[in-house]
Amino acid sequence: MDQQMVMYEEEFKLISAICERLTREANAKAVLLVDKNGQYITSHGEIDNLDTTSLASLTAGNIAATSGLAKLIGEKEFPNVFHEGEKDNLHLSIVAQRAILVVMFDQRSSLGLVRLRVKKASEELGGIFVTMIAKAQSHAQGTPFAEITDDDIDNLFSE
Amino acid sequence: MSFINYSSREINCKIVYYGPGLCGKTTNLQYIYNKTNPEAKGKMISLATETERTLFFDFLPLSLGEIRGFKTRFHLYTVPGQVFYDASRKLILKGVDGVVFVADSQIERMEANLESLENLRTNLAEQGYDLDKIPFVIQYNKRDLPNAAEAPELRRLLNPRLVPDFDASATLGNGVFDTLKAIAKLVLTELKKGG
Repeated sequence: MDQQMVMYEEEFKLISAICERLTREANAKAVLLVDKNGQYITSHGEIDNLDTTSLASLTAGNIAATSGLAKLIGEKEFPNVFHEGEKDNLHLSIVAQRAILVVMFDQRSSLGLVRLRVKKASEELGGIFVTMIAKAQSHAQGTPFAEITDDDIDNLFSE
Repeated sequence: MSFINYSSREINCKIVYYGPGLCGKTTNLQYIYNKTNPEAKGKMISLATETERTLFFDFLPLSLGEIRGFKTRFHLYTVPGQVFYDASRKLILKGVDGVVFVADSQIERMEANLESLENLRTNLAEQGYDLDKIPFVIQYNKRDLPNAAEAPELRRLLNPRLVPDFDASATLGNGVFDTLKAIAKLVLTELKKGG
């Protein structure tokens, strides 16, 4: 069972900076980071017309199905997945077993460049995730939800 | 597992609707989608076959409002109910915070209900979850059909632990929101414990 994922401001800034740099260095249209369970974490680039919630959920489903396929043929996982479209392409890669780095790019970039830049960014993100998970475990008792009351919960459903 | 984001002050939880084929899991989500304000919901995604049977999953993101300054978001998923899609069902249970078991009340579907419930327990255990310990509610759907089994009989067979359970007719909407509220409350209560 996965550990609870908690994103703190400090790590969020580091992660966002890496996504911003990756977008630039890979000549990508957009870079998104999503949790393997389908939760959107952050993004950078041209995402105004993108339904990021749906994208996060479908990406997670895609990676889950691909990992299932990998296991069927005796592979641990397929860490990188590439979808080629007429104009836009998607490169998905697993980061630190917990997240998926999504790079959306067109003819201004190339698969080779994206793979090269993703490799470096993944390593850096991996380090941050390790810190983040350790931090979440040590702060487990300090969740802001420890103090919510039954009334707080009831109020959500009041109307 | 739920995802707490201090940066965007959001809490995201994942709820999975489980149950035998054609029990009404997708219908539950469709009803919720149709009756929810546009600003509280995202797009509903259905990965279905040409005959509208769920192939992989349905997905519906919902916002419930704020608790202590944190936006609470629930991601509702259904699994494909047909027996041979078991590999897909396992994938969808990953990271689940709460489960709704949608039972088909029709007498002839009782065996399918029991088989699906057992399948849920097995698949959860594979992911390291214990059905007796995670937030869990049961919905007896299709109460409006003439061949529906008696409620006490359903409860005796499917709910020996007496978790919260609800009668429903998902096509008419009866019981759909009661079920959703119950599981959402259980998930938030679990979070309060430090889940």
